[in-house]
Amino acid sequence: MNQNLYNYILGIADNSLILGQRLGELTGHGPSLETDIACTNISLDFFGQVRSYYQYAAKIAGDKRTEDNIAMLRKEREYVNVLLVEQPNTNFAYTIARQFLFDVYHFLFLTELEKSKDLTLSAIATKSLKEVSYHQRFSTDWLKRLGDGTAESKEKMQEAINDLWTYTDELFHQTEADKAMVKDGIGVDVTALKEVYYKKVNEILEEATLEIPESKWFQKGGKQGIHTEHLGYLLSDLQYMQRTYPNMEW
Amino acid sequence: MSTKNWPLWEVFVRSKNGLEHRHCGSLHAADEDMALENARDVYTRRSEGVSIWVVESKHITASNPENNGEMFEPAHDKVYRHPTFYDLPDEVKHM
Repeated sequence: MNQNLYNYILGIADNSLILGQRLGELTGHGPSLETDIACTNISLDFFGQVRSYYQYAAKIAGDKRTEDNIAMLRKEREYVNVLLVEQPNTNFAYTIARQFLFDVYHFLFLTELEKSKDLTLSAIATKSLKEVSYHQRFSTDWLKRLGDGTAESKEKMQEAINDLWTYTDELFHQTEADKAMVKDGIGVDVTALKEVYYKKVNEILEEATLEIPESKWFQKGGKQGIHTEHLGYLLSDLQYMQRTYPNMEW
Repeated sequence: MSTKNWPLWEVFVRSKNGLEHRHCGSLHAADEDMALENARDVYTRRSEGVSIWVVESKHITASNPENNGEMFEPAHDKVYRHPTFYDLPDEVKHM
């Protein structure tokens, strides 16, 4: 089994799984019926992408692992998603800020992944890009509405951006699997995305009349399995059913 | 966040096989851009459509159901307004 390729796929898939689960929490709890459905739609897009990645990872593993137990039965330290996507839905501004900061990255990343020598990954990227351009449109529109909205919405939006900013730098850290896959022409060199990412994010923040955070201190660890306190709670929701009733299906 | 100040919009969707946009429901949105996006999320998530129109509900002028008698009943006994009294040649099929 190609351990680097396996780890690399999980690195991509875990981001979508955890963010999808976060958005799914809003089902029935969104700020309005329309945004509730929008967040649920985006969540389902992520779960669709995740299935393709985990099915491929299970194939690479070539043992008893399946897409389900890769997704549902790992321990917290075995998830390698970035810290950004596990941050909670503190309020709708946080949901939008988290989504926006991830979507801009996700779109750039998939655009590069489409050129991968690995045809499966390239095909998943092509399929996902249409969905992700819509995600980006949704989160950008809301960022501008709330940023350039009322005094209260602007304050909340700015607070969310300031708080989540510290998790953005990790998106561009390379893991061992990253380095190996870039060398093989399969993976995306995330370090090369950093400049265009911040340029784009800053442009949109300015359009939203928000201030670009000045903080130069960034959190990291998610890619190595060292998570914030929030992930454990999320996983207990996500995994409860499979842990309580192993192999249950419906 | 409160939506009580968001106006109501009517949504019309044209399906893949349909030629015309059909009314499929209504939703709340702050402006026309949000109305279109919300309509996309609420009414086309099972790929029902290829085109969406939205119009703010206040722009629709509706007939008053109380006037249904004078509006519509006079037409009930005027069957001659249907083209059913012509003898059609056999060559004309499917009329």
